[in-house]
Amino acid sequence: MPVITYRDALHDALREEMQRDDRVFLMGEEVAEYNGAYKVSKGLLAEFGEMRVVDTPITELGFAGLGVGAAMVGLRPIIEFMTWNFALLALDQVVNSAAKTLYMSGGQYNVPIVFRGPNGAALQLSAQHSQSWESWLAHIPGLKVVTPGTPYDAKGLLKSAIRDDNPVCFLEGEMLYNTKGEVPDEEYLVPIGKADLKREGDACSIITNGKMVLTAMQAADQLARDGIHVDVVDLRTVRPMDVEAIARSVQKTNRAVVLEEGWEIAGIGAQVVDYIQRDCFDWLDAPVVRVHQADVPMPYAKNLERAAKPDVPKTIAAVRKVMYLD
Amino acid sequence: MATKKKSTPKSDAALDRKLLHDMLLQRRFEERAAEAYALGKIGGFCHLYIGQEAVSAGTQSALRPDDYVITTYRDHGQALVRGIAPRAVMAELFGRVDGCVHGKGGSMHMFDRNVNFLGGHGIVGAHVPLATGVGFAIKYRGGDQVCVCYMGESVVNTGAFHEALNMAGLWKLPVVYVIENNRYGMGTAVERASAITDLFKRAEAYNIVGAEVDGQDVLAVRETMTEAVDRARTEQVPTLLEVRTFRYVGHSMSDAASGTYRSKAELEESEKRDPIVLFRRHLQEIGALTDAEYQKLDDELRAAVQDAWDFADQSPEPPLETLFEDVLVETPSDAMAGV
Ligand SMILES: Cc1ncc(C[n+]2csc(CCOP(=O)(O)OP(=O)(O)O)c2C)c(N)n1
Ligand SMILES: [Mg+2]
Repeated sequence: MPVITYRDALHDALREEMQRDDRVFLMGEEVAEYNGAYKVSKGLLAEFGEMRVVDTPITELGFAGLGVGAAMVGLRPIIEFMTWNFALLALDQVVNSAAKTLYMSGGQYNVPIVFRGPNGAALQLSAQHSQSWESWLAHIPGLKVVTPGTPYDAKGLLKSAIRDDNPVCFLEGEMLYNTKGEVPDEEYLVPIGKADLKREGDACSIITNGKMVLTAMQAADQLARDGIHVDVVDLRTVRPMDVEAIARSVQKTNRAVVLEEGWEIAGIGAQVVDYIQRDCFDWLDAPVVRVHQADVPMPYAKNLERAAKPDVPKTIAAVRKVMYLD
Repeated sequence: MATKKKSTPKSDAALDRKLLHDMLLQRRFEERAAEAYALGKIGGFCHLYIGQEAVSAGTQSALRPDDYVITTYRDHGQALVRGIAPRAVMAELFGRVDGCVHGKGGSMHMFDRNVNFLGGHGIVGAHVPLATGVGFAIKYRGGDQVCVCYMGESVVNTGAFHEALNMAGLWKLPVVYVIENNRYGMGTAVERASAITDLFKRAEAYNIVGAEVDGQDVLAVRETMTEAVDRARTEQVPTLLEVRTFRYVGHSMSDAASGTYRSKAELEESEKRDPIVLFRRHLQEIGALTDAEYQKLDDELRAAVQDAWDFADQSPEPPLETLFEDVLVETPSDAMAGV
């Protein structure tokens, strides 16, 4: 199977869906002439022209709203946020327009739109540019929230998101764009709402999503060297969440670590833990442990940033803790 | 509506000296910052100001120490001219405890309460309403200070800009909004982003004064800014001042200076109007500066920047316990006591 980058996987998904459906267009800052701030849309302007690959002014609220309007009357917009940090400016349109219109209109107007872009921290970008928004978005009924962690999932899920008749928030990872993985040549879709067991073990379940899938896999590798074999459950979609997959894994391993990139309070992990206590209470051999960003805005200094971020050592420590090894 | 100004050279030797000093300090500082970035001493996003030095030097020379300054992530130059020590700016870039925000902010987020420097802000447009709020507070307190808000030309297309300037015009707040029009917002030329390209004309929509000035001519910048600041201080009339300038470097360290969205020829053409070269030439023509004097100043500034580098290099990393400091301030318990 060909091995390609996460960036190319996203690019191919965009391209294939734009070829397949001429109602699909891409709009955002620097997506056209500059080929995308992270080069995801490279070459698309040349192939599809300026009506379908549109550079905007820096006006997130405006073009997110424009996308919702266009979607209400039959187009299928893909709205790129240069990063999700800037999507905060558009949150009103995502929440109050995109997510609510179907319900408010008594089912008359659906909003088939994708909001996508990189989410979470890269390196030393400090407080305003290093934030994970999936728990905010997952809070909203009327949205789907997708956080692929591998090239395979990125492509398959983006194609599903574009074909979905609902608003989908699609959260990529800046640090993932250069990562590589197997992606088949032939067409495939990854269904929204289905988790994936990325690695099988019996000692503990690491439940995670997005960029943290990589962290979990690295932690699992290191743990395996000590004879500790863990399940890595990649949620892939955080709304709707694959509750059965979580239960299946935890009922098998009897222990869980929930790893997420964002903050602790009201984070994705809090929801996962709730599902675990509902469905797996009698199976648990230890309290669930969460790994997440320190409860502070992201600092700039290298050492402070390292201390603030969830990482492999913290994940390993959490697994050892739920196994009562330390 | 004020129009283009040509410089009307006044021979104020001390002022000339200061303007030259401020411009050259920024240039020399940022050349070294670029070097430090390449060596990995600076991380994250780093947006240099090279080419725009006359804007900060010229506009800020019209301010009083008790006025306020707020700007974007492209903030090193503004910070230095406002009087934050090169050591503190460089140490911040290096992510060290002696930085002006102790390593918490980095390149994009310089602050210094001592000089009323209200920050470098990372979200395009977001700081413009803050400036309007500072203007509101000045008026509220009955003061005669002025707030200056710097922004890139892309900012005029944001909703925040529109909302903020409308309020400033409505309530007559002492704010000077300075557009640093360097022609590009990342890779997007101004004419591909704004429906009108004489950006100062937007002032009309807010019933405030609009003006434009050549941003490579430091004396012209100073003169036009002085009028705007006076207007704000004495009449509470806000101004939208468009300063036409260039950046001679990429948008940030990961962006090439030319080749993608602008040609090498365009860049080279703009470099002919290097603000430092132009001002030096002007001073020499009027007999206010010799080569030796310029050389001496340059040597001093290079040494000052080297000193900042050495200082930053030796400054420790912030202690780990500071990670959890400054998330909230303590409210004194008597303030929380019931009445
Ligand atoms: C709301 C928002 N959208 C996008 C960005 C990403 N971004 C950072 S700087 C920039 C271009 C800004 O250009 P301009 O205002 O002209 O300022 P300059 O960089 O030229 O000083 C963009 C798009 C951002 N920081 N904030
Ligand atoms: Mg600009």
